[in-house]
This record gives sequence, structure tokens and C-alpha cells, in this order.
Amino acid sequence: MSKIEYTSLEGKSPAYFGLLGGLALIMLLALASVFYMEHEGHHVTGMTNQIVWGMPHVFAIFLIVAASGALNVASIASVFRKKIYEPMARLSALLAVALLAGGLVVLLLDLGRPDRLIIAMTYYNFKSIFAWNIILYTGFFGFVGAYLWTMMDHNVYRFKPYAGFFAFIWRLILTTGTGSIFGFLVARSAYDAALMAPMFIIMSFSFGLAIFLLVLMASYRWTNMELGDVVVNRLRNLLGVFVASVLYFTTVYHLTNLYATQHHGVEKFLLLEGGVFTNIFWVGEILIGGIIPLILIYAPGVKNSRNTLGLICTMIIIGGMSKIYTILIAGQAYPMELFPGYEVSSSFYDGVVNGYTPSLPEILLGLGGVAMTLFIVAFALKVLRFLPVSLADSVADPHSAK
Amino acid sequence: MTDSTKKSTIDSSRRDFLSKAAVAGTVTIAPGLLLHSTAQAASSGNISTRPHDEDVSNKNRWGLLIDTEKCATGCTDCVDACNEENGLVSHGRPETDAQYIRKVTLKEKSTGHESSLPLMCQHCETAPCADVCPTGASFVRADGIALVDKHICIGCRYCMMACPYKARSFVHEDVENQKLTAPRGKGTVESCTMCVTRIDNGGIPACVEACTAENHNAMIFGDLNNPNSDISIALKSRGGKQIRSDLALNTGVRYQGLNE
Amino acid sequence: MTRFLRQFAVPVYALIGLTLLSPSAIAETPFPTIHEPSDESLKCIHPEDEMRRNHMKYILHERDETMHEGIREEPESLANCINCHVEPDEKGEIAGIDSDKHFCNACHQYAAVQIDCFQCHADRPQKFINRNGHSSSITQQLKRTLADNAGVNE
Repeated sequence: MSKIEYTSLEGKSPAYFGLLGGLALIMLLALASVFYMEHEGHHVTGMTNQIVWGMPHVFAIFLIVAASGALNVASIASVFRKKIYEPMARLSALLAVALLAGGLVVLLLDLGRPDRLIIAMTYYNFKSIFAWNIILYTGFFGFVGAYLWTMMDHNVYRFKPYAGFFAFIWRLILTTGTGSIFGFLVARSAYDAALMAPMFIIMSFSFGLAIFLLVLMASYRWTNMELGDVVVNRLRNLLGVFVASVLYFTTVYHLTNLYATQHHGVEKFLLLEGGVFTNIFWVGEILIGGIIPLILIYAPGVKNSRNTLGLICTMIIIGGMSKIYTILIAGQAYPMELFPGYEVSSSFYDGVVNGYTPSLPEILLGLGGVAMTLFIVAFALKVLRFLPVSLADSVADPHSAK
Repeated sequence: MTDSTKKSTIDSSRRDFLSKAAVAGTVTIAPGLLLHSTAQAASSGNISTRPHDEDVSNKNRWGLLIDTEKCATGCTDCVDACNEENGLVSHGRPETDAQYIRKVTLKEKSTGHESSLPLMCQHCETAPCADVCPTGASFVRADGIALVDKHICIGCRYCMMACPYKARSFVHEDVENQKLTAPRGKGTVESCTMCVTRIDNGGIPACVEACTAENHNAMIFGDLNNPNSDISIALKSRGGKQIRSDLALNTGVRYQGLNE
Repeated sequence: MTRFLRQFAVPVYALIGLTLLSPSAIAETPFPTIHEPSDESLKCIHPEDEMRRNHMKYILHERDETMHEGIREEPESLANCINCHVEPDEKGEIAGIDSDKHFCNACHQYAAVQIDCFQCHADRPQKFINRNGHSSSITQQLKRTLADNAGVNE
């Protein structure tokens, strides 16, 4: 295979600056929301003493999970030696770092005391999976950063396989850690399952790849560079496998719960009687995020349609957000069972399904994280050479030439 | 306010002075505190006799015993006392207002039998809040009291996700006019402290005090590690249930009179 | 490791505080004097210079010992600072932490260092804190609100 040539964006067009400006505006709005929330206190958000984690956490967890998955393409190239993915490894690693940064910023800015970041960095309770995550996230930046360096600097190019391998292992641990934030909670009926960790890993594969595909297609379309069907269809098939796997894990998770009588209450709530949560589960998570994309991915009629693929990826992202919303919010909305066999009532909402209405500042904060991710990517593409000059079929896979 | 401040004019050995003040034994910190003579308390295990300059240790395990049969539905004396003690005020937003204790009304589904009990932080020995806290702000003191060190709480609320009793509140707004013994502020998590300042000064929690003062006698405070304490004797004679005992958290708050 | 890192927390806080200083405050604020307690027997647990420089070390040390080990006897506690040094003026008015007259705030304004203590801690001795503004208890208010909400829903 010939040496791959990389390029950076010229980045002088009004459209490019318009993109950066638009993203910056969203980030600014998010920042204003943060000041508002932190100044007034969290009572201005939809979050309460019952729903303690809300929309910012949905965004943050989605971005962090997707970050690990975005590294997929690079991992397949470096760790599993699939040459066809090799040219896209740089973009994959960049996107991973950017997604993680966006997610973490949202998480951090929602803290009750974001001014105490230094404490989060200096006081560690090593029994806390959350504290471990702080280390895992920092490590992820380090490992993926090093990996990027080995890819982009030919002086250290020979270390690339090692860097790629460690980044791969690290990101598996990282997503295990993120999933365990829920898996390690014994208190709530909807969490507390060992399945959470592997499910989060497979979710990361799916969400990360969907975002990667969108960024890849947008970059090549807007720069008028060639992106061949061989590469795209390879990724599209991979995406199909991941989407199916997420559906599989979701099914197993609910089936396991349905088998245990003590979990019937929460399952009934999630699957049948949860109102908006039930709708989000069936329509958002299962239909839009699973079944329709799966059909579209393998439908013969739209095989080479980039627009359809863009739609599929968007649907997977919506489905992914829905999935995290149902895990996170519905899990908290369902009342904790303190006294089995009793009907309970109190002034503190015991025994009641808790309502949650996300407020605008929360949503803006979350969108700010997304905007920051895209800003980092758009900016980095201009400063450094991340994009292969061409991903035409002849370049990506010379043997495919007929 | 206290003897200690009045004597604190010289800066010689602090410890020296401290132990002297502790020996005096009649240090009254908050008004309305029950005063027991040191000698009597030492044998009873009903209040703390730890000198003020000595670290807390696991020699004691402070706990509460609640008799639900004596707890009247609709009575909120313990809750009112708690709110007064800790300076908890309502902002008219029940979903975000802090509550350290709440009265829970229970109705047995099979029999229709109704009962009522106060529910607060259960002061678990192996507390999920302390396990999950990233900074160690949530911790269980050596004598069994679960606390939040608000100096290092970053307000992530993971402890609230983890607590099986929904015992914690997040401070959703600015706080003014705090009580001297109950610091609390925006952006941190809080919960029942078992009135730790009272306990350290040889007192009993405000809720127990109020319940006893009103002659309901539904709450007993004392040292679970001391077999002679009222709480241990009551537990030994009638037993006591831990809420969600399936989680094996070894709570410091026990209940009597709950059918199961 | 964590212990090693912890010792940096305070200087870093101070730095953060310094960056937040308002430039105008320095020029206008006179060098603050500390209110001497009226009760002679309460004076000077440490010389003034020592306290000006090192009060935060005393308080921080106290903080961890009291919080985690339950030691409640040492004179250099924040509660004791407030109890002795905050008193009503001639008019009988007592300064809160937002006022230039509060001894903590006066000095911290001068030094342009942000104080974090009083977001949680009482800024006045207990006997001077007016709680009349919040006379109705949280449970009463909660019941009222819940009743109102129930009325609306039905």
C-alpha cells in the first residue's frame, strides 16, 4: 500500500468561519446557562432531590461513552491490523479526545461546586468508581494523545502499535468504568446489574461509530475530497453489527429483570406504564435507535446513499440519547422500594413516580458540550493534518479495483 | 458562649487547657441540652463521655431505635425539632427543599394496617454514600455517624444516587442565617448528622429530645456497642429491624414494631 | 500521595482568589482594624500579626480535626473567631459577611482574597442571628405546598 497523504483544512471559507462561529455561539449560551445555574442554585433546573442527575448528565454520559467508541476505527487499524481503516485512524483518535473533552466539561460544569475542581483532583477516595473514572478520563487523554503523536510524527512512528494497543485497552477499561457508575449502585432497582458495563461498551461502539461516520462524511463533502463507497460501506456494515448488538444487550437486560419477580415493578414501569419514559424507550430507543436503522443499513435499495447513511447515524444518535435518558432518568423516576409489601407516602415523595422536566439551561449546557466537541474537531482539522487527501476506493483498497 | 472560649486567653499548650475544660464535664454548648453527670453517663452508654480532645473511636457506635407503635401518624415533632436545630427552611419548592427527616406513612397492602415512622439517614456501617463519593467528603465517622465534609464536597450528587434510603438532600439555593452548629451551603449535599455537635458535647439528637419531651418516647438514642445502654437493652429484649436489611449495610438506625 | 497533593490545595485556592480580586478595592479600602472583643477576658489567643498571617492554617487544621475526628475543644475554631470578634456596633447593628464592617470581610477585601467559609458557616454569633424571617417551619410550608399542588391536580 502506498504512503497515505494527509492534509489539513484550508479553513478560510465563510462557511468554515460560520461553522466555528455558530458553535462558539452555542458554547457561549451554554456558559451563560452555567453562570445562571451556579448563581441561582440548582433549583432553577429541572433537577430535584428526587431526580438528582438530569439532562446535563444524559449529554455528558452520551459524549463520554461515544468518545470511547469513536476510537474504534483507529483500534481496528492499529490493534487488529486492518489496513483499510488505517488512513482514518488520526480522525478517529481526534474525535475520541474531542468527545471526551466535551462530555467532561458538561459533567464538570453541572457540579454543585465546579470551583472545587482542584479538590476533585487532589482528594481521592479509591473505593469510588467515580474517582477511578477521573483517573481513567485523564489517562484516556494521555494515551490517545500519545497515540496521535505516534501517528503524526515519523520520529516516533515505530511506537504506534504499542500506543494504539494501550489506547485500546484503556478505552475498554474507561467504558467499563462509565457503565459501572450505574452497575455499582445497589440502591435503585433499575441499576445494579453487572450487565451495565459490557452494555456500555457495546453502546460506545455504536454511538461512537455513528458520530465518526457523520463527521467523516461531512468533512469530505464540505471539502470536496473523495470518499469512496468501499470505506463507507465497510463502516456501514460494522455499524449494523453494533446496532444489533445494542438491541441484543437491551433485550437480555430486560429479560433478566423480567425473570426476577422483585424487578417486575420497575420493568412494568419502563416497558408499559411509565408514560413519557415508556414512549422514549419504545419509540426513541428501540424504534428510532435500533430497528429502523438496522433495516435501513441492510436495505438493498439505499445501499450507497450517503444521505440515508447520514439519516441512519442521526437516528442512532437520537436512539442513543434516548437509551441513556431511559437508563438515567427513568431509573431515578421509579420510586425506591424501601418497604416491600407496603404502600408508602411522605412529604419527600416516597412511593411516587418522580416527574422531571428538563429546563432550558440544562439542555443548553448539554448542547454546549456537543458544540465544544465539534469546535475542537473543526479547529484541529485546520491546524494539523488529520484527513487523508483522498479516501477514494483506489486509495482505500487498491485490490478492489476492477 | 462556652467555658472554653472564656478561658482561652493564653496560648500556652492548647491540649493542656483542653483536657482541663473537658474534665470540668459540664460544658454546655447549645441551650436546651440535657445535662447528665459524667459518672452516671459513663456506665449508661446513653450519651457520649468522650473528652473533647480525644479522637472519636469505634469504641462507641451511636444509634437510634424507633418504636413505630409509639410513633403517631401526623405527628411531626421530631421533624420540626430537626428543622429548627439545623436551620432548614422551606423555599416553597418541596421538590428541592432539604429534608433530613421525613415522616413516612406505611399501609400494609395485604392487611390495610397503617403505621408511621420517621425516616432519616440510617448511618450505615458500610455506607454506599461513602463508598461512591469521589473525594471522600461522604464518610462514616469512627463512632458510626455518617457525615458529609462539605469542605471537600464538590456537589456531584453521586451519593444521592447511591443512598438506598433517599436520605440526602442537595442544597439548591443560597443559604443565609445558618445555625452555628449546622453549617450548610449551596451546591453541597447534606443529610442527618445525628446532631453530631450535640452528641460530642454529651447531648442527644434534637429529634429524640423532642419526641421524649412531648412524652411520645418513640425514639431512643444511645451506644449500640455498650450492652448497658437503654438502646442495647431495648434491642435485646424486643429486637429491631433494619430497613432494607437485604443490603447488609448494618445501619445505626433500627426500627421496632414493623411487621415482616 | 493524596496527602502530598492536599497541601497544595490552600495555596491554589489563594491563587484563584487572587485572580478574582477587584482592582478598585485596593485603592479605596483603608487598612482594616480588627474589632477587639469587649470582654477583656476573651482577648488575644494569638498576637494580631500571627493571626493576620496564619489564621487560615489554624482554621484549616481545626476543620479536619473537628470534622473527621470529633475534636471540639481547640480555641482557634471558626465559631470562636466569630463569637468574639463579631459584635453589634454603637447603634446595635450587627454586620453580616457582605458588609465592609464584618471583620473577616474588611480584611479579605483589603487583601483581595475570596473567603469561602461563609457560604456554609454562620457569619454572626448565634445569639445575633435573626431567624424571625423564617418562622414557619419547613414541614408546615411543605404541607401547605403539597396541599396546594394536590388541589391543582384534581
